[in-house]
Amino acid sequence: MKYYDKLIFELSKEGRCGYSLPSNGWDASLTELPAGLARAKEPALPQVSEPDVVRHYTNLSQMNFGVDSGFYPLGSCTMKYNPKINEEISAHPGFAGLHPLQPASTVQGALRLYRDLSHALSAITGMAEFTLNPFAGAHGELTGLMVIRRYHMSRGDSRRTRIIVPDSAHGTNPASAAVCGLEIVVVKSKENGLVDVDDLRPLLDDTIAGIMMTNPNTLGLFEKDIKEIAALVHECGGLLYYDGANMNPLMGVVRPGDMGFDVMHLNLHKTFSTPHGGGGPGAGPVGVAAHLVQHLPAPKVMEAEDGSLYVAGDDGQACGRISGFMGNFGVLLRAYTYILMIGRQNIRMVGPLSVLGANYVKESLRDCFRLPVPTVCKHEFVFDGLLDQSTGVTTLDVAKRLLDYGFHAPTIYFPLLFHQAIMIEPTETESKETLDCFINMMRHIAAEALSDPDTLKTAPHTTPVRRLDETTAARQPVLRYHSETSF
Amino acid sequence: MAFAYFPHTEDDIRQMLDRIGVDSLEDLYSDVPQDVIYRKEYDLPDAMSELEARRYFEGLASQNRKMLCLCGLGAYDHYSPAVIPSIISRSEFLTAYTPYQPEVSQGTLRYIFEYQSMIAELTGMDCTNASMYDGATAAAEAMMMAMAATKKKTRVLLSEGLLPQVLEVVKTYAKFNGVELGFVPCIDGVTSYGALVAELAAGDVAGVLVPGINRYGIIEDMTGFADAVHAQKGLLMVYSDPSSLAVIKTPGEWGADVVCGDSQSLGVPLCFGGPYVGFLTCTKELVRKLPGRIVGETKDVDGKRAYVLTLQAREQHIRREKATSNICSNQSLMALYVTVYLSLMGSKGLRDVNELSYGAAHYLHDSLLATGLFEKAFDKPFLKEFTLKPLVPVADLQEALHAEGIFGAVEVEPGLVNFCATEKIRKEDIEYVVSVIKKFKA
Amino acid sequence: MAKTVDGLYYSESHEWVKVEGNVAVIGITDFAQHAMGDLSYVDMPEVDDELEKGEEFGAVESVKAASDLYCPVSGTVIEINEELEDAPELLNQDAFANWIMKVEMSDPSELESLMDAAAYEAMCADA
Repeated sequence: MKYYDKLIFELSKEGRCGYSLPSNGWDASLTELPAGLARAKEPALPQVSEPDVVRHYTNLSQMNFGVDSGFYPLGSCTMKYNPKINEEISAHPGFAGLHPLQPASTVQGALRLYRDLSHALSAITGMAEFTLNPFAGAHGELTGLMVIRRYHMSRGDSRRTRIIVPDSAHGTNPASAAVCGLEIVVVKSKENGLVDVDDLRPLLDDTIAGIMMTNPNTLGLFEKDIKEIAALVHECGGLLYYDGANMNPLMGVVRPGDMGFDVMHLNLHKTFSTPHGGGGPGAGPVGVAAHLVQHLPAPKVMEAEDGSLYVAGDDGQACGRISGFMGNFGVLLRAYTYILMIGRQNIRMVGPLSVLGANYVKESLRDCFRLPVPTVCKHEFVFDGLLDQSTGVTTLDVAKRLLDYGFHAPTIYFPLLFHQAIMIEPTETESKETLDCFINMMRHIAAEALSDPDTLKTAPHTTPVRRLDETTAARQPVLRYHSETSF
Repeated sequence: MAFAYFPHTEDDIRQMLDRIGVDSLEDLYSDVPQDVIYRKEYDLPDAMSELEARRYFEGLASQNRKMLCLCGLGAYDHYSPAVIPSIISRSEFLTAYTPYQPEVSQGTLRYIFEYQSMIAELTGMDCTNASMYDGATAAAEAMMMAMAATKKKTRVLLSEGLLPQVLEVVKTYAKFNGVELGFVPCIDGVTSYGALVAELAAGDVAGVLVPGINRYGIIEDMTGFADAVHAQKGLLMVYSDPSSLAVIKTPGEWGADVVCGDSQSLGVPLCFGGPYVGFLTCTKELVRKLPGRIVGETKDVDGKRAYVLTLQAREQHIRREKATSNICSNQSLMALYVTVYLSLMGSKGLRDVNELSYGAAHYLHDSLLATGLFEKAFDKPFLKEFTLKPLVPVADLQEALHAEGIFGAVEVEPGLVNFCATEKIRKEDIEYVVSVIKKFKA
Repeated sequence: MAKTVDGLYYSESHEWVKVEGNVAVIGITDFAQHAMGDLSYVDMPEVDDELEKGEEFGAVESVKAASDLYCPVSGTVIEINEELEDAPELLNQDAFANWIMKVEMSDPSELESLMDAAAYEAMCADA
């Protein structure tokens, strides 16, 4: 990676142009618009040629690290390989050119994709039906919680406005619950990292809408009391929400529906191999048990008697509408491509190979890093910093040093249960050789922490930029380009 | 059996199990209650080869029909330059995560900073976030922002001129979030200033959301809106099509505090409704209430200019249930579409796009009226889409158009239909449409 | 060791109160600023806001953390420290010399429920 210091605005020169359009043969012109409705001063956008643009963004891309660049052990993010056939299919003009409001008879292929993908997700998770409209995991959570509230309201059970969230949960869970108008009740974890059933019991009453669980949880541990928890929550009239952020280790092994979950979301950009795109677009389909199907959001894809598909609006039972159209369709195409490629045969190996990789890394490093919960993990696990912290080297330093060695850093300082958390998730698409290389480098860094702590405390040293002044960025935010001449 | 996405050989697996100290892959699930392990066959198709997958999707795509697109209503068939897919497909952009490690994410961070600069410039506002899911959810976030930014206010007003799907999504969020909504009707195809002032009188309004161009395609004249809303300490929020903002008066010029909308019109393919890219911009006074990712400029320890996610104390991973929103991603790659598009087009290109769309839309409008099968619904200025009142049954009209591969005349409200024309529409396309409609008449 | 100042009142949520007649001058403690690290923003109430004892009135933010502020006494905000808008780091430099807001107390007897410096120090030592 090499440092490149331009912004596109700085390549701008009056008179350059990067586009071509047909000549204008129309009679009508914008000059007819009333002056009061016209923009006073034209926007200061760059004036650059096409080669300028191509080279600029190519240069920018070379300051980025993707899954295709190297190992990306980011815990809870499931940075698996993104197959290239997915991209080819999603760019197919037979899909990319469709307007979302086109009549159903002209988009049967798209609707079929929507329906077939939702059926496949049902088969994989044991839920009755999926909506594919949510745009992301957090959006799926919000949608799922809306379904839960709609369910209680439909039964006249309006007092259920509180939701239980474990202290180990992703921050998104309480945030989504708050947006949905729910009050958050925290249930504690035990020493072994699992939800404390004894702490849960007294929280359950007729004001509880449900519980949000991640299983395996954010420590990578399987909540083995899940069936007891499900029974207790159902007994009090609440519903169980499954946060699918950590679904990968269960792919091909366990179905959330069989554990007693009523509502769940999946992250297609994690478990189903669609690219993260630097932060999106993803997709967060929501699946529900049979008794909640009518509360899924509109619009929905329905099947007519003749087998053709059509789009239905809200019949009054839905939780409402949560998206302009029907989700990130391009992402859905990629996910279904993945499902077809992997098929019912290979899905059996997704979870086990991801769990194999995580445990292999964990067992290979536990003599160098503190392992607070030493049991078998699922797809990820958490270290609480270096075993020997005497030289003051922190988790941040370890993470930054990994960047020097050509790896992406793991997730750090999450979960909040530990002060020096390092959360590692290898995924099933990494080879033993890659994992060995990572293990060796982590061991090397642990040795460096003792022999040369200063080098770690000032790492990284070889990246395009080094540690940033984040405090100044937050104190005096500069959020857009300004120049004397153009702005 | 070897599979292309799994690098493990039998021997690798054996060695790894040995290191862990277990005998089999099943042993790695010894902590899972045996009765929840799924042992049946998955009800999924057989694994396909790439050749088979290609054939499968070819078949699926052939069940769709590409039509001559004369429909707008929140998704626009604009031209997208060839450079965009080439840049987007660079895997350093495509396969990266959210830029949490800025030292190896300057590519993503820099284009987001450029995107923020361009969107702020187009809307005439001070700052913007790194993008939202889509326009409708951005509008819902704007509603929540208004509630958070104003004290002791209980209601948000929505113009009934907003796109139907935007209204529906905002209503859904409001219902669960506990926001009371009020509605400002349209009179003669535009948001009624009189009705707005009447609704504001109670003094309980946190914000008002008005479309820049409304569901009828009409450019709203917001004279007096900002003063009326600000007089009782509410926020003026505008829902905009950013493509149009190169030429029409910006929300910033109208005095808006918050602007939201969908940037799909800036180079993003139709793709059956997504992925698109919402935007949310505001004045600098409101930046701490802005949800979502924000990129800021700073320096590294060596003094090099660098970019970083900033103002994160607003966000869910720090604030949990007190965050400004639950959003924890953006449509980053789609923001890159927009950034590359705006870099190529520049101000002049965007003006040309609007000129060509304006010319085509007005020619279509006049040609349709000339068939005698339509009446004007309103007589107000429009840009690229407009509303007509058909004098024939709408369903019959639609059917006649669909049969000839033309997609248009979508009903906005009973008896009123939408048409739209972008720079992709040629004179011969419109003449074809007119010939189809004339045949229908005969 | 974080410092305290004698003669002030302290809350469990790490605010201090200095009484000037019927006015409570309110800030955050040295312990609180130290725990937060470099502050990047102070979210303050508006003048004339009426606050109940225990009500949230703002927040302090650093790059990686945010902490809500809770009003130790009931009353009406009569002044806020506008200097903090551009220089939140003043709280890092001297948390006791830089107040956040002044409140006209509606019930000065509420002060009795707050801690003195010694009690507050003992609470922080236990934390």
